[in-house]
Amino acid sequence: MILDWLQSLGQRALSFFQRLGRGHITLYYLLISIPSVLMRPRLLLQQVYSVGVLTLLIILVSGLFVGMVLGLQGYNTLARFGAEQALGTAVALTLVREMAPVVTALLFAGRAGSALTAEIGLMKATEQLSGMEMMAVDPNKRVLAPRFLAGVIAMPLLAAIFAAVGVMGGYFVGVGLLGVDEGAFWSQMQANVDLRDDVFNGIIKSMVFGVVAVWIAIYEGQDATPTSEGVSRATTRTVVHTSLAVLGLNFILTALMFGE
Amino acid sequence: MAQDETAPLVRIRGLRFARGERVIFDGVDLDIRRGGITAIMGPSGTGKTTLLKLIGGQLRPQAGSIEVDGLDVHRLSRDKLFELRKRMGLLFQSGALLTDLNVFENVAFPLREHTRLPESMIRDLVLMKLEAVGLRGARALMPSELSGGMARRVALARAIALDPMMVMYDEPFTGQDPISMGVLVKLIRRLNDALSLTSIVVSHDVQETAAIADYIYLLSGGKVVAHGSPEELGRADSAWAQQFMQGLPDGPVPFHYPAADYATDLLAGDEGDKA
Amino acid sequence: MMHARHIEIAVGAFVAAGMAALFLLAMQVSNLSVVGGDEGYQVSARFDNISGLKVRAPVTVAGVRVGRVTAVEFDPNTYQALVTMRIHPRYNQLPLDTSASIFTSGLIGEQYVSLEPGGDMEYLTEGSELILTQSALVLEQLIGQFLFSMGSGDKE
Ligand SMILES: Nc1ncnc2c1ncn2[C@@H]1O[C@H](COP(=O)(O)OP(=O)(O)OP(=O)(O)O)[C@@H](O)[C@H]1O
Ligand SMILES: [Mg+2]
Repeated sequence: MILDWLQSLGQRALSFFQRLGRGHITLYYLLISIPSVLMRPRLLLQQVYSVGVLTLLIILVSGLFVGMVLGLQGYNTLARFGAEQALGTAVALTLVREMAPVVTALLFAGRAGSALTAEIGLMKATEQLSGMEMMAVDPNKRVLAPRFLAGVIAMPLLAAIFAAVGVMGGYFVGVGLLGVDEGAFWSQMQANVDLRDDVFNGIIKSMVFGVVAVWIAIYEGQDATPTSEGVSRATTRTVVHTSLAVLGLNFILTALMFGE
Repeated sequence: MAQDETAPLVRIRGLRFARGERVIFDGVDLDIRRGGITAIMGPSGTGKTTLLKLIGGQLRPQAGSIEVDGLDVHRLSRDKLFELRKRMGLLFQSGALLTDLNVFENVAFPLREHTRLPESMIRDLVLMKLEAVGLRGARALMPSELSGGMARRVALARAIALDPMMVMYDEPFTGQDPISMGVLVKLIRRLNDALSLTSIVVSHDVQETAAIADYIYLLSGGKVVAHGSPEELGRADSAWAQQFMQGLPDGPVPFHYPAADYATDLLAGDEGDKA
Repeated sequence: MMHARHIEIAVGAFVAAGMAALFLLAMQVSNLSVVGGDEGYQVSARFDNISGLKVRAPVTVAGVRVGRVTAVEFDPNTYQALVTMRIHPRYNQLPLDTSASIFTSGLIGEQYVSLEPGGDMEYLTEGSELILTQSALVLEQLIGQFLFSMGSGDKE
């Protein structure tokens, strides 16, 4: 009994390390293929479109609503201390440091990451990837790396848009609806949000999330069992793993960046 | 590179390949003559597709060697292997068309990837290849709008787009109506002779294959069980050859995937599956 | 090719929107102007206690921001905090006997330096030191008072 259990534990550990290893090999090939993507900007453009532009709408809408809720909740909390002047600061800091990078990454995983996994998994299942290899075309360079780079480029842009739209949402609710002084809203925000400490760190976070999100999506697609069930499972795994990775990494990054 | 005109283009020696426990090839020796059409036949599941993938360097054998044009496929660096693959076309059993590109772009794909031809030249070449397979009119369709047989013909046009020295056809005739089958048979022969290609045809259609092949290898049970020109095989008294060439259900070639005895299996009921 | 053009335009618009958002975050949400802000003149002041005053905190006169704190150090000779601030060159007519206090915006807000102009005929210049200072109210005291008044309020 115990032996069986130990054995299965060992098996699990081994397959975990195997997946980890394969994941990093995938990343290695993606990274060394990036120069050849830069030689073919058209491929990259196509992917920025399907990874970035098609995710834009959901980012705009979510950013606006998140910002509005922050305005509402922030006002209610701050008003208790007579500090509603600080609403701009609260909204902006929450958005720039945490909400924008994290929520964007989560939405990205659901919208673009899952689509990437499904696309690559199906290309594998229908032998398109090995077909390319037989035509002496490296799928890493032709298919995977452009998607990787596009995701890494798109994520910070999306997060910036999310934050900007969110600040607008907070402004509409705070200043427009709840009557916070407009001057105080902006000036407090400007006085307390630091370009380097807050904005840049937020952008760096979302770059890291961008790498992680596309990496997981591509890895799962490539690793999917080439059947419809396998692809659907891989898609689910992409969303779950990306979300967990983003939330975990966010904690670590926050501790590194903002913990004094 | 051994450019000896009489040496076989593909030389397989002592090939051994297993997927997990299951041994698929066990000591296969095989030569593909330059300029000829060599057919590889055998029961479903013997590993014909696997053999083509081994030749193309997508799978790695456990033992033995595969040389194409004097180059040991599995000793080449990745770049050299890719160079070699540019000179080989493979028609996948499933077609493997790129689903996000239309028919025209699919055929143009290898040209765009490997050459810097001007757009007008690419257009001419693609239309030429599509005309050859009778699908010039379908150039704007997406792969999802093609029938199985059409998709395979597009894949064929793509496989010959770069005018390779060797084309491997994995079941080119499956799903073709008698007319396009006849056209394809002639096309393969004509391409082979006009471009002095070397062709490897994997097929189950005994009549058609025998009609165009110069040489036939019969595979079964992980080994070459018979080989020779179609006439030789037709005359051979080998039970393997006779059974296969005439499509008899009974004979040395098993129709079934290896399994326990049928009667025992049925009697065993559910327990048989657990064993 | 119409299709490619459409994609190019969409991607271009997307990247432009992202850049605009970044620009907005830099200019409107945070304050970029101070990053390269070497303009203006520096003055210093010593406080017994600065509480939570931070570098980059605002410096105000009559509630209007005129500059920023650029450095907070401990002076081992006087055992006081030495606060250096940079005042915008536009405000170059602050009297020499201007006093500095550390206030908190709102109850729990950030600390800032408030300047109270005096009556001197000479003006502050680069390197001047503000002699009259008032230290920060320590938050703990404030909370103590707050709780105390709450407690007495309950009894009534
Ligand atoms: N990816 C794979 N993983 C494990 N086993 C495989 C895989 N692909 C093929 N096989 C096994 O390898 C054997 C040979 O397969 P292959 O596709 O080469 O057969 P084939 O001769 O081309 O058959 P058919 O004529 O039906 O196309 C089969 O028994 C199959 O079960
Ligand atoms: Mg096959």
